[in-house]
Parts: sequence; C-alpha cells; structure tokens
Amino acid sequence: MPVILTKNRIEQLFEEKKENILSVYFTAGFPKLEDTAKIVKYLENSGADIIEVGIPFSDPVADGPTIQESNKTALDNGISLKLIFEQLSDIRKEVKIPLILMGYINPVLQYGVEAFCKKCVEIGVDGFILPDLPLQEYLDEYKTIFERYGLLNIFLITPQTSDARIRRIDNNSRGFIYMVSLAGTTGAKGDISEDQVNYFKRVKKMNLNNPALIGFGISNKLTFNRACAHASGAIIGSAFINVLKNSKNLEKDISGFIKSVKGIQ
Amino acid sequence: MKIAVDERGYYGNFGGAYIPEMLYPNVEELRQNYLSILNDEGFRKDFDHLLKTYVGRPTPLYFAKRLSERYQAKIYLKREDLCHTGAHKVNNTIGQILLAKRLNKKNIIAETGAGQHGVATATVCALMGMECIVYMGEIDMERQKPNVERMRILGTEVRPATSGSKTLKDATNEAMRHWINNPVDTHYIIGSVVGPHPYPDMVARFQSVISEEIKWQLKETEGLESPDYVIACVGGGSNAAGAFYHYYENDDVKLIAVEAAGLGNETGKSAATTTLGKPGVLHGSRTLLMQTKDGQVVEPYSISAGLDYPGIGPVQAHLFESGRAKFYSATDEEAMKAGILLSRLEGIIPAIETAHALAALEKMTFSKDDVVVLNLSGRGDKDLETYIKWGRY
Ligand SMILES: Cc1ncc(COP(=O)(O)O)c(C=O)c1O
Repeated sequence: MPVILTKNRIEQLFEEKKENILSVYFTAGFPKLEDTAKIVKYLENSGADIIEVGIPFSDPVADGPTIQESNKTALDNGISLKLIFEQLSDIRKEVKIPLILMGYINPVLQYGVEAFCKKCVEIGVDGFILPDLPLQEYLDEYKTIFERYGLLNIFLITPQTSDARIRRIDNNSRGFIYMVSLAGTTGAKGDISEDQVNYFKRVKKMNLNNPALIGFGISNKLTFNRACAHASGAIIGSAFINVLKNSKNLEKDISGFIKSVKGIQ
Repeated sequence: MKIAVDERGYYGNFGGAYIPEMLYPNVEELRQNYLSILNDEGFRKDFDHLLKTYVGRPTPLYFAKRLSERYQAKIYLKREDLCHTGAHKVNNTIGQILLAKRLNKKNIIAETGAGQHGVATATVCALMGMECIVYMGEIDMERQKPNVERMRILGTEVRPATSGSKTLKDATNEAMRHWINNPVDTHYIIGSVVGPHPYPDMVARFQSVISEEIKWQLKETEGLESPDYVIACVGGGSNAAGAFYHYYENDDVKLIAVEAAGLGNETGKSAATTTLGKPGVLHGSRTLLMQTKDGQVVEPYSISAGLDYPGIGPVQAHLFESGRAKFYSATDEEAMKAGILLSRLEGIIPAIETAHALAALEKMTFSKDDVVVLNLSGRGDKDLETYIKWGRY
C-alpha cells in the first residue's frame, strides 16, 4: 500500500480539533448556478470546519426530498461536474478549510476517474463521499488511483452496519467516518432518539482508528450538540439547503444559520 | 459461450453492487442466502407446485401456423401471456415471495412500469397474506390505469412516483428509498434482471423456467431441444434472460433481443439502450445506460411503459458487448403494427412490450426450415387503451 506522506487538510483538521466539528453540505449550482463559490466562502467565513460540495445527479437514491429537489434545480440551472470545477478553480486563493466533493459515482465515471482526481488535486479538493461506491468496488478499482493523488474516500456506516463491517471500513478509511444517524435517506429531523444515542455509544465504545462525524437528520443547535456529545462533530445538509432555498441574502443567512447552530451570538 | 455471474457479481464488465451503505445489510443477506434457498429441495417443491397449480405452468409452446406462413419460417410462440396475471413477471414474484418468507420478511415493496410486475407482486402478496406497497411513476399510472386498479383490488397500496420522468426509473428510485428507510423486515421484489447483485442472477434463475420448458416442448414437437432463433423483447431483460437461459452455451442458437426505439433512435425519443447508451451506474449495477455526457440519466421514451427504462440488466449488456445476442430495436409504429398483425393472424392480442419482439420478425430473414421461438411475454389486456388511442386497426 503506498503511503502518502503529505498531510491531507482533513487529517490536519482532525488532529487539531477533536470536538464540535461542523461539516456542511450544499448542492453545487443551487439555488443559482453561480452561487457555488460564494457559498463556500461564506461558509468558511461563518465558521464551518469542513465543506461538502454536492455534485448533482439525476437519480439521488440515498437522498430525501429536500436534496432531491436541490439536485434537480441545480441540474435545471445547467450545472455539471465540469462547470463545478470551473467555479471552484480559484477557491484555494481564499478558502483554507477542507473541501470534500460528495455525489453519486456515475458523473465521476463519465468524467473519467483519473481526470477527476487530477482536477481535484489541481483545485485543492481533499476527498470524496460517494454513497453508491461501496467498500468492495472501492478496494477493487478506485483505491490505488485515489491514493496516488492523496485524496481521501470517506465511508458511511449506519445503525444496521455490523461491528465486523464497521471495523473493516475503519481499517480502510482515512480522515473520518461518516456515521449515518438513522436508517433512512437524508433529511432534516427535529430530534435524536434513544435508539440513535445507543448506536452512537456502541460505535464510540469500539474505539475506532478514525474519528466520526454524525450526519443525516442534524438540523439545528439542539441536534448538533446532541450529536457532538457522541462524536467529533456533525454534518448538516438538508436543513442548510432549506436556508439557501429561502434566502434573499446568502451571506447574511448563511452566517446567521451557522452561528445559530454553533451557539454563537 | 458461458454466460454466468462471477463471484463478484459481474457478467464480464457489467454488474456489481453499487449500493449505498444503508442497503448493504439487506443486499448482503440476500447474497449470502439466495443460492442455498433456491437450491433447497423444499423451496424447489413449493416453487414448482405454485408455478404448476397457481400460475398455470407449463405454458404452451404454440406453433403459430399463419405467422409462420407470413415470415416463411417455423415460428413457435412461448405463451407466457397465459400465465396467471398475464405475463412472465409472475414467475419471478412467486420465487421472490417464497424467498422473502424464508428470510422472515413481513413487508413487500416493488416498483412497476407497465404495472405487470406490480400486479404480479400484489397477487403473490395477497396469496401469502403479506403487506405490499408498489411504487409506480405518475405517468405510468395514467397510461396503465387498469393495472393500478387491479393492484388496489388485490389489497396493495400504489404510491405514485412524482420525481424525475415519473416513470419506471423514478418508481425504482422511490422503492430503493423506501427500502433504505425500512431496512429490517422489508423485502424489495425487483421486477427484472436489474439492480445490485444478486438480483440479476436471482431473477434470471426464476425466469429460466421459460427456456427449461421450451427445451422439452420443442423436443416433443420438433424432435430437437434447440431452435435456430430465440427472440424476446428487452426492457430490463428478464423475459429475455429467461428465454435465453438454457441456450447461452449453445452457440448454434441465435439469441435476438429487441429494444424499444420509441419514435426512432435518431429522434432522441427512444429507449433503445444498446444503441444510445454507454457504460454507467444506476440502481445498483454497472451497465449500459442512456445518459448525457455529464453522466445524468436520460429520460427514455417508448409507447410501452414496460420498456421505458434508461438501462438494461447487466447480463443483457454483457450479451450485447460479447456479441452473444444480437440486438434490434423497434419503433412505436412498428410494434403497434406487429401487435395488430398477431391479433389478426393468430387471435392473440399481445402486450405492447411483446409486440416489439414481434416487430423484429419483419427485420429478419429466415430460411424455411428455421425453427424460431418467440417469447410471447405478455397479453394485451392492459394495453387496450393504447391500442384504442393508436386506432389503426
Ligand atoms: C409483457 C411484458 N413484457 C416485457 C416486459 C419488459 O420487462 P423485461 O425486459 O424484464 O422482460 C414487461 C415489463 O413490464 C412486460 O410487462
């Protein structure tokens, strides 16, 4: 296995910060086609720790209605992976925090895996979350390419994932593990249940090599804090998409939302 | 040529299990158990018994005399249209419901395009007393109304898929989302040889009864097990997979697959995946897929709801790529004409999906002694409204 010596921004972050890490997902090209780079900058300025830039797809099977709709709007706006790369080409002149591309595998395949990785390194992307690229396919066909470019692939675990498989995923992960909070598609929920807390505790007890962030159903200060009690931090997606959807002033609304989640006045 | 799924779930370059982690336990449970369940003697007995006493198998292999005269070949029709519920789809749903029982599942979900698979699923759920939800594209609900009501009469809840193209692809998305949200005691009965491994192989095994019967039936009438041609339409590819299954390794049998060309492959309003598609990943497998250069799935078009899907099963993609099967496509117009022709010549009104296979006869040349088996995958009752709208009969 080739060992990458340079520290990836994601790993750097988790070395320096052990708790209350806030990762925010949004869909590229949404609400308006040209908003992508702006939203990244506003998120960093507001205090987000990681940004997940969503690559829209026509058939997002792991997503609930909010993100489905944002994908559709972005595609109708004319977004494509090629255009996302153009929009983000100068992003590292201003933005320092880790950037992750999140999306389904098919647009990546059509772009070409190698070309995709090359472009990500050029721009300063640190890793991927590709929900429909499972562990086995990753190991067989993608791992060596991603590693050659120093790009991290973040895996999901769910309440149904067995301990043995969590171990296997942990052993093949770098950066962090994306702990899906419930058996479900993405979507904002009001609260976190007892069952979910038991699952968080079970995973915590396993003492994994990698830190974990909790995502799916995290929507506000209450759920963010609850999640942070059991992991290194949490991920917000749908709730943030709802903020963007209704926003008349992106900079102000993004800042207001991130501060409210983090409990900053 | 050997055509079989490998241990990683691939047929050549196509297949695999590209599923989100949320579905991993369900699909893995199936993968680990399907072969031992299918090979279990008790299971086989239950399956064969229901196929015989409930579905009405074996279905006849009918020598179509007037059709044969017309095309100057010996044409046999494998009468899957005479299966209970009117199409081959029920072979698979019987198999999967028995499997779901053995896995102690309590609830069933399915997607449907033409409504045939939905009806076949609703039927076996009524038979077994299981709760059933079927997702169906809003547009398909409109064009296949009788099937919607059939499902409801059978006690199934039909949920409209209102996203995307509002057809089969989107119904499949919704069914997958439902499964993600209800992972524990729900079994998803996929209706064709599509989806993540092991579905394509499992569905093909259930449908393989079609060619198993053709072999001995042909032996009885023609004195030989193997025809010169087997012809079937391809939506996802399950009736074709079933009709081809026992002939894969006999290269003397020419396998003919017929896709829907809609208004014509050059118009963009088509569902002919092997002509218009490129390798890609959708609904859990790497296969041929109609898509834009950016990898967005294209909304297909066909007059036939059961063929209106932007992909094909990985086994079909492999049959195409390897050249083991020859692929044709038939337009709406060609299919409708072929459907009416069969009605007039043989007194059989075929499903419009099946009419696409019949339309291929027009494009092929036979010698007089050629034995041709055409898989008559379904009957046209559900399509009356489309026939009436088309009007030219
Ligand atoms: C009668 C009939 N034939 C064929 C098909 C296409 O499916 P497949 O290619 O899986 O056989 C359908 C699908 O609904 C159908 O109802």
